[in-house]
Amino acid sequence: MTNEATLLDKYASEVFAGLVSPALNGVQISAAPASDLTKEDALVRMTAELKRALEKPASERRWVMVIDLRKCVGCTACTIACVAENKLPPGVVYRPVLMEEIGTYPNVSMKFLPRPCMQCDEPPCVPVCPVSATFKRPDGIVAINYDECIGCRYCITACPYSARTFDAGRFYTSDTPQLESYETLPNFEYSESWVRSKGDSPIGNARKCQFCAHRLDAGMLPACVTTCIGRATYFGDANDPDSLVSELSASPNMMRLKEEMGTEPKVYYLV
Amino acid sequence: MKKFERLLWLIAIVGFVVGAFGLYDRVANGHINVSYGSYVPWGLWVAAYIYLVGVSAGAFLISALVYAFGVQKLEKIGKLALFTAIITLGISLFSIWLDLGHPERAWRLAAHTNFSSMMGWMIWLYTAYFILLVAELWFALHADFVAWSARKDFAGALARFLTFGKRDASAEAQKRDKSVLRVLGSLGIPLAIAFHGSVGALFGVIGARPYWNTGLTPIMFLVGALLSGGALITFITFVFGPNQGSAEHKETVIFLGQIVLALLALDTLLEWAEYSIGLYNSIPAHAASMELILFGPYWWAFWVVHLAIGVVLPGLMLVFRGKTPAWVATAGLLIAATFISVRLNIVIPGLAVPELEGLSNAFTGPGLTFNYFPTLTEWLLQIWVVSVGLFAFLIGYRVLPVVSAQGKTNIPANTHKEL
Repeated sequence: MTNEATLLDKYASEVFAGLVSPALNGVQISAAPASDLTKEDALVRMTAELKRALEKPASERRWVMVIDLRKCVGCTACTIACVAENKLPPGVVYRPVLMEEIGTYPNVSMKFLPRPCMQCDEPPCVPVCPVSATFKRPDGIVAINYDECIGCRYCITACPYSARTFDAGRFYTSDTPQLESYETLPNFEYSESWVRSKGDSPIGNARKCQFCAHRLDAGMLPACVTTCIGRATYFGDANDPDSLVSELSASPNMMRLKEEMGTEPKVYYLV
Repeated sequence: MKKFERLLWLIAIVGFVVGAFGLYDRVANGHINVSYGSYVPWGLWVAAYIYLVGVSAGAFLISALVYAFGVQKLEKIGKLALFTAIITLGISLFSIWLDLGHPERAWRLAAHTNFSSMMGWMIWLYTAYFILLVAELWFALHADFVAWSARKDFAGALARFLTFGKRDASAEAQKRDKSVLRVLGSLGIPLAIAFHGSVGALFGVIGARPYWNTGLTPIMFLVGALLSGGALITFITFVFGPNQGSAEHKETVIFLGQIVLALLALDTLLEWAEYSIGLYNSIPAHAASMELILFGPYWWAFWVVHLAIGVVLPGLMLVFRGKTPAWVATAGLLIAATFISVRLNIVIPGLAVPELEGLSNAFTGPGLTFNYFPTLTEWLLQIWVVSVGLFAFLIGYRVLPVVSAQGKTNIPANTHKEL
């Protein structure tokens, strides 16, 4: 288990030895101040919790995401990590960061709101699918069966959060001399290998954030969570009372988007 | 009217040739050169689909006046109305089929229907409606098929084939056909209402889109269907109806004009209800779609195309020139043709309002925009589809007894054996 104290010990001695050594020359570092700094990185804790959750049957897990808007600086690293992880083409986005300007120019401030799929408990997108290609998994993730989706886009109209997008079959590098391989490599959504090539799924399908279900299967946190520079996005099992997300989502400063619609989102915002 | 028929042939040929590029682009490049995408996922093709399928339902319900209710004044155009209903249904389904991301999986709609989806219901109601239409048209044409069997040309051979061996056209057989037609026509009324109502409900149930999410939506769809279908049948009756120039023909057109005027008034009333309540909404976001329609970048689609050319002008024609068949037919054409703007103004503005503030600039790219206007490909493919329908109509008009007098061999005076 890594903690900041051991990190400090390690790097202070090896990397920064030359820099810090004059100041520390002859001074014996005691363990006491270091233990005050003992703090586990949220990612480490959440990864351990994730592994714990995976030991339970899927139906007993309840994946939730908590986004601390006070920490979000609007860097959109999560958006880009998601695009890279899921190899999203032009016109498809799973987690944009909505930006709102408050005030009148030049006296403005910005408000940022990352918007993944809410993985609603009462998802309006599911009942409208004419072929039952989209469904709620036992662990609560709203998934799309790419091989069954006919591409009617009815679900896209039904989502109150615009969390579903349509893969029209475009490529970022189609107008360049060479279609770059990073666009033709498979992505691993839903733990399957999907190569985007002419007319094949997921081209022609509705697509959405699935909390990086394929990464979860491998014991990894969603890409947006690991990449968040401010540790503003948390992920875990809300059915685990000791998990970080359970602690955070119980805060009174918690809110959910469009709560009044009764969709019961599983993405919580701390404000 | 021969001149007019020639003009329609010309339009169909030009539309077919020019529009073929749209078909090619859709087949070759999929959904790349289109304007709909992730934020406005439905566009012209969906609007055209609900427009054409509405025309079909409307035309069918006009035919039901003949076969279910025995309205004498319209008796001669029952077959024409049924025939129009089949063609518009066919091309509407073609429009929506190519709109799918995976048209090759359309069979799943029937094989894996989800009945909690309005779209799932729609598919089965369509199937039932289509079967009913074909059966009804056959019974309506049966006596004519027998009569035409004597002809020596292609139409004769086709008629012989289409009798399917049932060559009995005696008075008794015709009576039997008529009673079957009454049953089918009567069954068809709730079916047509249910299927087009389900198209309206498909939009009405979407709680995420306040503009669609009202109980009035399916009703507006139905009244719009009756209006656009009735208006088109009025025009078609004037141009293609039997016994042109006769007092009877004139009377039929004028009578249809009166029906259309009443439907136009009803539709306008419903529209007023929808817009006045919607705009007055105490929650401003609910009025956003309507403000977009009235004052957005495509305001002219409402004010000019719909209101001026599709309501006021034909309304005035029907009120002040309602006894002149040519004026009545022109009004019908204007209403029917401009009604696509009404359907576009249902589909697009419901989607073109961002669901969350800041979404439009959050992440950009093709399809990630709230400004929708059909691309050339979209227009061309739609033109192609309509041209195919026009062809089917013009050919059917020549080779099927859709306008001949019931059970008589004579062909209407104006239809010459050109084909």
